[in-house]
Amino acid sequence: MALEIMEGSIAVAQAVRRCRPQVVSAYPITPQTHIVEALAEIVANGELAADYITVESEFSALSACVGAVAAGSRAYSATTSQGLALMFEVCFNMAGMRLPIVMTIANRALGAPLSIWNDQQDSISLRDAGWLQFYAEDNQEAVDLHYIGYRVAEDHRVLLPTMVCFDGFILSHTYEPVNMLTQEEADAFLPPFVPKYRLDAASPVSMGMYATPEYYLEFRYETDQAQKRALDVIREVGREFGERFGRDYSALVESYRMEDAETAIVAMGSICGTTKDAIDEMRAEGKRVGLVRLRCFRPFPSEDLKAALAGASRVAVLDKNIVLGAGGSTPRGAVALEVRDALYGSTTPVLDYVIGLGGRDVRIEDIKKVVALCEAGDGDRFYGLRTEVL
Amino acid sequence: MALNVGCAAPPGRSTDNKTGSWRVFMPRFDSEACSKCGMCQLICPEGCIRQTDAKEFVPDYDYCKGCGLCAEECPKAAITMVQEEK
Amino acid sequence: MAIDKTCELFECGHRACGGCGAALAGRLFLKAAGTETIVVSSTGCMEVFSTPYPETAWKVPWIHSLFENASAVASGIESALKVQGRKEKVVVIAGDGATLDIGVLCISGAFERGHDITYICYDNEAYMNTGIQRSGATPYDASTTTSPAGKVSTGNKRPKKDMPRILAAHGSPYVATASIAYPADFMQKVEKAINTPGPTYVQVHAPCCTGWGFDGSKTLAIGKLAIETGLWVNYEMVDGEVTKVKKVVRKPVEEYLKEQKRFRHLFKPAPVTGEIAKIQAIADRNAERYGIDIKLPPKKDA
Repeated sequence: MALEIMEGSIAVAQAVRRCRPQVVSAYPITPQTHIVEALAEIVANGELAADYITVESEFSALSACVGAVAAGSRAYSATTSQGLALMFEVCFNMAGMRLPIVMTIANRALGAPLSIWNDQQDSISLRDAGWLQFYAEDNQEAVDLHYIGYRVAEDHRVLLPTMVCFDGFILSHTYEPVNMLTQEEADAFLPPFVPKYRLDAASPVSMGMYATPEYYLEFRYETDQAQKRALDVIREVGREFGERFGRDYSALVESYRMEDAETAIVAMGSICGTTKDAIDEMRAEGKRVGLVRLRCFRPFPSEDLKAALAGASRVAVLDKNIVLGAGGSTPRGAVALEVRDALYGSTTPVLDYVIGLGGRDVRIEDIKKVVALCEAGDGDRFYGLRTEVL
Repeated sequence: MALNVGCAAPPGRSTDNKTGSWRVFMPRFDSEACSKCGMCQLICPEGCIRQTDAKEFVPDYDYCKGCGLCAEECPKAAITMVQEEK
Repeated sequence: MAIDKTCELFECGHRACGGCGAALAGRLFLKAAGTETIVVSSTGCMEVFSTPYPETAWKVPWIHSLFENASAVASGIESALKVQGRKEKVVVIAGDGATLDIGVLCISGAFERGHDITYICYDNEAYMNTGIQRSGATPYDASTTTSPAGKVSTGNKRPKKDMPRILAAHGSPYVATASIAYPADFMQKVEKAINTPGPTYVQVHAPCCTGWGFDGSKTLAIGKLAIETGLWVNYEMVDGEVTKVKKVVRKPVEEYLKEQKRFRHLFKPAPVTGEIAKIQAIADRNAERYGIDIKLPPKKDA
């Protein structure tokens, strides 16, 4: 089980290669570009028997995947930010048609103003669309979540498209040691795609019909139920991954030093790595602080989160996104909204910190300052707003 | 009937919808004047004109919308549109 | 492969208007395509009248995704079939709105990449499904709800976007125009398009009784008049060169225009001769460009 030091994007491309997609359809966009370039090279060297479509836009990239999956092939795409926004219509369409795929999102801020740097606005803005959403803390997770993503997405109890999110530049362009499965290990874990329906002259079906008011609600119910069923399927598949490869993914939330924590931080993505280091330092100083990390944002693991936060006296949510206009007269991020919903009925204060937007760096001392603000009851605010430029 | 995943459905259920109820006029076929060219069957937008074993062309009145294209295009004027008795 | 004219792959019970040109186009192209076909539909009249869940008129595998992405979906299907080693043909059927306007991005990309797909555009010259709004294929001076004739307007101000030429410029090996008024010709062109490797295109004129304002029984007659006046030209383009043009003894454009309510404002309350002349000029240009006029021998004096 040798570790290799690889750039995050390259590691993801290598994981995708081991998933054996038959069709790769992706449009380049910073900071995902290295993924699609690496895959193009992999295909050009005959290391993956796939058709690589150099589509003319992200809208077409995902549309081509709709066709490929409907025809019965495992497909792959990757995007971020503006590209994901351009795919908005297709995202809803693909989830409603219950066509499974794994798409990597190298999280990046949305314009205007134009930004190429990291935050999680892009994938979070599509939380209504019906896709599963996983957020990786580091490149090892990003890699592993692709195998797990295909297994869960293609499971007939789920059949939903899936985003594997990892922070743009921070993870995609960072070299970290990762363990890559061998092709044999990947094949044993992820068998070929077996669609529920496919476009086939031997057995014709009509896919993507329209629904009158008599049927529409029931289709939406079914899709929501698939999200609910995914909770158990993720636990099951994550446990199997752990049994085979030694890295367990059965937990939808990860608790870090929460045993006697007074202050609980809730966050997703690479900021959690920094947060864990900050927690270790604060613990050494005697502060009882811990982290509950959301690895899975859709479906939202309300019960798991509630259980993980049961002993905390206060919660600080780090939101690398902002739901503009939400929160009355204070700023609000999407994670805090859903954490509060999960804790409905509890009197535990949940304080929201909109932080790290547009790639602004979040350092260990920033996490410590957030914890101090939370202890002082000062929350539901931006962290680090540069009032001097306003 | 259980809802099909992904707005999909097996073929041919449109026959449940009897569009013959739409019409006001109906085509009357004169099989003696008919030259068996098959034009009516080809150009009916419903595809509801069938050829019997006796080689006569007859519309399926469950689906005929009474548009009159067959009457208009028949080279032998063997089809006339008449007001339907309800 | 002979076309089986009796094969019905489009079932009865669909909800098209009586006399619908597009429905006829749907039946005919499926006869030419046969059972080993995967059809991709855009949102539009044909998709809506044929697939209200759970009633579907399609007896071949069929998929609808969105309004503008049929070409991209078809690209993905073609790609998947290639990798899987399957032999079905991929045929897109989409209206003029989905093809010339909102779908231009996707069709350009698909044709530029050279996918082995056949794209059939049924041209009823407006966004008919949503209630007769103007498209890039709406002819000059046609009245639609978004280009209505009024006190200071004589209708749509632009000529038809020349989509066949645009796609020939993309390097399509076979591009054709056709009309449901000549069903055998249309079916032959569809068959040829499907059997030509690479991205091929057939734009079929599909007169719309509801949108253009004529009786449903006259759908084929109107289609013939469009061709006989030179306002629609049936031709083929092989590797970008025009071949096989349908020639006519030309009639003046009034004979076509006066049959349709969408051009009524050019005749009532009084003939707008200046505008009719402009439309005649469009027909004359088509005649010259494509060589459609049958040269009659000079009359002998008695």
